[in-house]
Amino acid sequence: MSAIIVKELTKKFGEFTAVDSVSFSVEPGELFGLLGPNGAGKTTIINMLTTLLLPTSGEAEIAGYDLGRDPDSIRTNIGIIFQDPSLDIGLTGRENLEFHAMMYNISSNERKKRIQEVFDVVGLTDKAEILVENYSGGMKRRLEIARGLIHYPKVLFLDEPTLGLDAQTRRSIWEYIRNLNRNYGTCVILTTHYMEEADFLCDRIAIIDHGKIIALDTPSGLKSRLLGDCVSLTIEGRIDLIATALGEKEWVREVIPDGKTLDLILSDYEKNIPEIFQTASNLGVGISSINFSKPSLEDVFIRLTGSTIREQEGSRKSVRQERMRRRMLR
Amino acid sequence: MIQARVIYVLWRREMIKYFRVRSRIAGAIGMPAFMLIFQGMGFRKVEFPGLPASIGYFQYLVPGIIGMTLLFTAAYAGMSVIMDKQFGFLKEVMVTPASRISIVLGMISGSATTSIIQALIIMLMSVLLGFRLPLIHAVLFSIVIMALISMIFINIGLILSSLLKDFHGFSTVINFIAFPLFLLSGALFPVSNLPAPIRILSYFDPLTYGVDALRGILIGHCEFSIVMNISILLTLSVLMVCASSYFFRKAEMI
Repeated sequence: MSAIIVKELTKKFGEFTAVDSVSFSVEPGELFGLLGPNGAGKTTIINMLTTLLLPTSGEAEIAGYDLGRDPDSIRTNIGIIFQDPSLDIGLTGRENLEFHAMMYNISSNERKKRIQEVFDVVGLTDKAEILVENYSGGMKRRLEIARGLIHYPKVLFLDEPTLGLDAQTRRSIWEYIRNLNRNYGTCVILTTHYMEEADFLCDRIAIIDHGKIIALDTPSGLKSRLLGDCVSLTIEGRIDLIATALGEKEWVREVIPDGKTLDLILSDYEKNIPEIFQTASNLGVGISSINFSKPSLEDVFIRLTGSTIREQEGSRKSVRQERMRRRMLR
Repeated sequence: MIQARVIYVLWRREMIKYFRVRSRIAGAIGMPAFMLIFQGMGFRKVEFPGLPASIGYFQYLVPGIIGMTLLFTAAYAGMSVIMDKQFGFLKEVMVTPASRISIVLGMISGSATTSIIQALIIMLMSVLLGFRLPLIHAVLFSIVIMALISMIFINIGLILSSLLKDFHGFSTVINFIAFPLFLLSGALFPVSNLPAPIRILSYFDPLTYGVDALRGILIGHCEFSIVMNISILLTLSVLMVCASSYFFRKAEMI
């Protein structure tokens, strides 16, 4: 049984279609990423799947429960860490967690045990009795993650978990998320617009732009399927011979000879490197150096959307459009 | 489906926050305390038509000011919902498996308790200023009335908070609603002294019956019968709870 099945989910705000017939499914224990620029519709998808927003049309099943018919059972089985802060800053860290645990009907003894456990996981044990208004941004984020874990959700939604955090905190949060996924087998769905984050954490990634999924695959699958790997060879001898020979291989996409160097775009270079050398030695051509480069997720994104994710958030005009769009999404 | 545990958790949170922020207590009591002192002391000697001479104006005023305290603290309870909305905490509440009606009842129980605490502080203050308190069972009975009054006005605030998003909008609208309700209720003077057209309006004001019930219990003087007052208050509170849980179910809380 899949942890999440989404079928043609659509959300319209007036004329504006924020999510456009999105379908995907997530397996139990999977770490699944929704990657896209701000305003692509990621948060709207999360809000619908966590029962906070009603879809305009489409269906979804989460942890085996139907979104339309059984939202209460869904709420019992999911955890969510929102993009924007959602703590009561007038309470201490422990009080926030207690509130949450009691809302999920966790018995008093179990509550104490689990609160201690999650405090340890996020390293906030010594800050438990401090009012949240005195927490730093990173501490607040960690507290929210701790809170999302208390009721042992089957599916955990993380909406931009590391937005606005420094590199070090980001790293440690990545570690928490990964350990959580491995140790508890929790299915995690996260949205992000950080390429490295998606690449580092996710088993599979759906790239979303303008409310649609434009690609869905494993990070390495996305990279190889869309561009292939790039290998540069420095050739000693007849470059035309080897260029022609390699050009006939089915795993080679493109051959670009340039003086003494030969650039190849190919799939699965790990598997096919030996065959390159084999071909070269059969032809009596020497290879004096070899250089690989894997395409980054960023390259994939540029190829798919025609612009970088940073360009999209960078310019002033787009920032303004972004704000407009976000306002419409509220 | 009403979940007692959810109501308790929300109530407990309200209590923790109420007793932690002392300035909130002082701030909310300031206004009725001034009314009590200046209006009460200043008009102490005045004789109102329609008021038995045995009951002085100060005796008459105290239940009115208690009603006022309840009205304003209760109506402003919606403000904390707006704050929770702005700080994002409401999302956290709404995404838990708690039923909407339990969430609404939890919010009501918390705010009702704080309103009643405020009202009791005012009552205590009035005793210090010379208010003659009835027997203890009457005081306890008056607390039931206080609960009903605050319930009605908390729900007005809650409904409003489900429709609005910002502080300024909320406080403008709630003032616009609360002041006429206060002035029409007969908290300061007998409603019978108002000209007929305005007096009719006061019969549509729930606080009229609340203040009248409090007077009946605390000073033994009321215009309508206590049974009638209580039935009106009870009916209204039930209707208001239904209305606000309907609005909370309908509203998109993000």
